[in-house]
Amino acid sequence: MMQTPLEAATPNSESLAARKAWMGLLARAKPGRLADLFPELPAHDLLRAPEIGAVMVRGRIGGTGQPFNLGEMTVTRCALRLGSGAVGHAHVQGRDKGHAVRAAVVDALMQTNQAEALRATVLVPLQAEEVARRANRAAKAAATKVEFFTLVRGEDQ
Amino acid sequence: MYVAVKGGERAIDNAHAWLAEERRGDLGVAELSVAQIRAQLSLAVNRVMAEGSLYDPDLAALAIKQARGDLIEAIFLIRAYRTTLPRLGASCPVNTAEMAVIRRISATFKDLPGGQVLGPTFDYTHRLLDFKLAAEGEAAQAATAPAAMEAVPHVMAMLDRDGMIEAEPLGNDVPADLTREPMELPGSRALRLQAITRGDEGFILSMAYSTQRGYGRTHAFVGELRIGAVAVEMEIPELGFAVEIGEIELTECETVNQFKGSKTEPPQFTRGYGLVFGQTERKAIAMSLVDRSLRWAELGEDYTGAPAQDEEFVLMHADNVQATGFLEHIKLPHYVDFQSELELVRRLRAEVFATQEAAE
Repeated sequence: MMQTPLEAATPNSESLAARKAWMGLLARAKPGRLADLFPELPAHDLLRAPEIGAVMVRGRIGGTGQPFNLGEMTVTRCALRLGSGAVGHAHVQGRDKGHAVRAAVVDALMQTNQAEALRATVLVPLQAEEVARRANRAAKAAATKVEFFTLVRGEDQ
Repeated sequence: MYVAVKGGERAIDNAHAWLAEERRGDLGVAELSVAQIRAQLSLAVNRVMAEGSLYDPDLAALAIKQARGDLIEAIFLIRAYRTTLPRLGASCPVNTAEMAVIRRISATFKDLPGGQVLGPTFDYTHRLLDFKLAAEGEAAQAATAPAAMEAVPHVMAMLDRDGMIEAEPLGNDVPADLTREPMELPGSRALRLQAITRGDEGFILSMAYSTQRGYGRTHAFVGELRIGAVAVEMEIPELGFAVEIGEIELTECETVNQFKGSKTEPPQFTRGYGLVFGQTERKAIAMSLVDRSLRWAELGEDYTGAPAQDEEFVLMHADNVQATGFLEHIKLPHYVDFQSELELVRRLRAEVFATQEAAE
């Protein structure tokens, strides 16, 4: 049965969460590292050629209140279709068109029967490196945590 | 009045060629790479991103190189570049409560969940020149300690729970965008924050300092200052859901300020808010003071005529690209304007001399 666009856009929450996770991971990846892990691009048709643009980043007043415009960031987007018919999308940080194409290809392949192989060769290493990078920053921050101690005062004795 | 003047092309070309040579400097010294600027002058890169209002460290580093280290010129280059980019959309508001903090301090509470984390700070350094940096030394290495790897709660949320501070209820209004429509004053608080976060650090610092010295006092405490990475999420219309499109580093400052209360509000603390791209804590603290100062009307406080209470004064003079453009244009040819002034003064002088001669 053919999927209607509505069904395609509302997959079950588990697979949606998984797709959001890999799309975010690919968007945050260093372009060079992604290219190392996934050097050969399969044949594909561009639905939206890679395009560099800006996204207005918003914050919230007081961290919790009304939105305000903080400033823009550079983003490159791309959409494509593989020979198998799988469609991939990417919005990646920065101005690297190759990064956006690669991320879109991986997004498309992750929706095919190649997903498990790709997860092992591309997503798992990217994820591990990101976790290690974050853990390293957090460990350095933890070392600068102030341990207060109170001096014994005369009147306490 | 401006008049097109021809000529000078050769002089201009040669001036620019010399500029390029001066930029490179002594050929006996290795050329600075953009990657070096990005990695080793990162606070300059952060300032250019914040005031250029475009988060892209590579572009900011390139702009600093091209501008020979003149940060306002670099900010100008970034602002010019960003106008060439199509706007792909707006992000969901970033969630700073989920920030992966590398620095987080509070001047109001000593003991707080998550603790006081100093991070890579200049605070408590002796501000003595370190001549070891003039020689090539070994790379310094930071200490590490076991980390919890979990988000630390906002200090303000603790005060908020007890009703001790004004609430900042969640909203979803579409904020005004001064990059799309000219600023209309009086503006919303959202518009003011956009103008201040991209405003000149020196100007915002001086405005904030003036409130501390008594020009529109607001008695600010730094409730919390935090620096770290946050995820940026955007709704993708063709997908029908939001995805993370990247991660940026931000500095956030929340101040706690005195408020006596009003007819409708019991005495409670009020807030000032600062949020700036990159590690930019001087700017974020200053922003939160200026934000609070500009809120005098909504909080029913007196207008004392202080510059930092004057929205028009602050917002219309905070932008260093606009200020530079208007300031520096007076050095460009004004030959015809000046010619007419010259003739006017000559005529007036001739009239004065003629009257004097007639009197004698």
